[in-house]
Amino acid sequence: MERPLTENIRPGEAPLDLDGYEKTGGYQAVRKVLGGMAPGEVTELVKESGLRGRGGAGFPTGMKWSFVPMGNDAPHPKYLLANADEMEPGTFKDRFLLEGAPHQLIEGMILAAFAIQADVAYVFLRWAYKLAAKRVEKAISEAYRAGYLGKNILGSGYSLEMHLHTSAGRYMAGEETGLLNAMEGRRATPRSKPPFPQISGLWGKPTIVNNVETLSNLPHIVARGAGWFKELSLTQDAGTKLYGVSGKVKSPGLWELPMGTPLRQILEEHAGGMRDGFKLRGFLPGGASTDFLLQDQLDVPADFRGVEAAGSRLGTGAMIVLDDRTCPVGMVHNLEAFFARESCGWCTPCRDGLPWTAQILQAIEEGNGRPGDLDRLALHCRLLAPGNTYCALAAGAVEPLQSALKLFRADFQQHLADRRCPWS
Amino acid sequence: MLSEAERLEIETELAHYDHKRAACVEALKIMQRHRGWVSDDSLRDLAEYLEMTPDELDGVATFYNLVFRKPLGRHTILICDSVSCWIMGYENLRQHLTARLGIDLGGTTADGRFTLLPQTCLGACDHAPAMMVDEELYQDLTPERIDQILAAYE
Repeated sequence: MERPLTENIRPGEAPLDLDGYEKTGGYQAVRKVLGGMAPGEVTELVKESGLRGRGGAGFPTGMKWSFVPMGNDAPHPKYLLANADEMEPGTFKDRFLLEGAPHQLIEGMILAAFAIQADVAYVFLRWAYKLAAKRVEKAISEAYRAGYLGKNILGSGYSLEMHLHTSAGRYMAGEETGLLNAMEGRRATPRSKPPFPQISGLWGKPTIVNNVETLSNLPHIVARGAGWFKELSLTQDAGTKLYGVSGKVKSPGLWELPMGTPLRQILEEHAGGMRDGFKLRGFLPGGASTDFLLQDQLDVPADFRGVEAAGSRLGTGAMIVLDDRTCPVGMVHNLEAFFARESCGWCTPCRDGLPWTAQILQAIEEGNGRPGDLDRLALHCRLLAPGNTYCALAAGAVEPLQSALKLFRADFQQHLADRRCPWS
Repeated sequence: MLSEAERLEIETELAHYDHKRAACVEALKIMQRHRGWVSDDSLRDLAEYLEMTPDELDGVATFYNLVFRKPLGRHTILICDSVSCWIMGYENLRQHLTARLGIDLGGTTADGRFTLLPQTCLGACDHAPAMMVDEELYQDLTPERIDQILAAYE
């Protein structure tokens, strides 16, 4: 089984430096592209590969790039931003790539930047990833020294500057348009779309924001072709995927597996199944902002289409497991309290609705629930649904709540009837 | 007034951007590293330097969880309270920490040694529960291990 993204990562050891990376074929994709491919050919290749964004939304990467104005009349500077602001609860995949293979990310960024003819690229990194910051910074300077960054890269005439930007801790800064505002030194509130960032992004210039895992795939797609990339997958969605599992399982962890690996295989073979004495009650398949699924959905392929058909989203591919000794109401309260705290306050339903849901859930959990609380929670799920706010924070926040209200309704009702949490 | 060292560091960041204000988050963190926190005076001086109004810069500063507009203890404990850590025992750790330090979340110990703050997912979910002390990440925590860790911080 091929693991292009992680085969050269040795957890606990320093990542490959420039020499080491080049010895494994590193920067060959940059040489190939700058040695004779047109920007449009790179975009076409990525489109053909079927690569979809790994940040959570799954938008086709090549198509995203194709909206950037090209040619002599295109506005400049154009920007390429690597979204490394990983803060989705339960998710720890980008950290693995940032710490373990910084040159792979940088090479991917150069390829993406070339495809859209960007002039400047930034790695937008979350504050807490201290080790990643050191390693990315070192890798960027190595790439400059070797002539992969800067003016007239490898004599191609193409120039690209790249810098590391570290943020200061706010979930909203990882939202695509919030990230643009954060990069401009403004509060990371979302922007109205359209105009889309590809047309009017950072400082009003064409901008692409791609996730770390998405970008890290590019050197391999360029080096080995779109057909090879599609073949990596077990299903229709191409490539491999970094899957994570956390919660009361025997071996929590992260694995690069073929896209479409069944959820059961990830949970039972790779994470070792539930710890002794714990039973599976449900799980979030892809981070905090995805709908709960149940045991009988474990045979679903973990790809974009499969998980969506099952009623949730692949999201970040980070599975969070709910066991039978953990209160589902408490878990949902934890999630909604997180979303309420991280809401930027820009849109009323999110600013006022999320704290309200968190308060109701806390009251139920503490035995102070009132008649009608479940209807009120359901009402908020409708008010916070997509289309009522500028960004997807509120809509994502509702996903675990709306599904829990359906799947764990008896637990909610028991809290209300007994006026206490059965688990406390 | 910005110190010479602060100005030099901020200038390095400014070179990465076409617009001064884009460096403001990095600049706030640089000031914080030198001064421990960002006071009103610090904020005004920095705003002038970056050609922003104090109000604009304060809007940015207060947006972030990790730009501190109040003084902190000598060491900052950031305890992850997100869902994976919550499942794996966050609540026990919080109770242990608050009892041991005699402060609530957001508080600073009377001797000024520690400030305790809740923090969003640290991306260490496979080794939950986790926390950071200053810039160091600690994983697979138990109350006993927390006691050992904290003993190393003066």
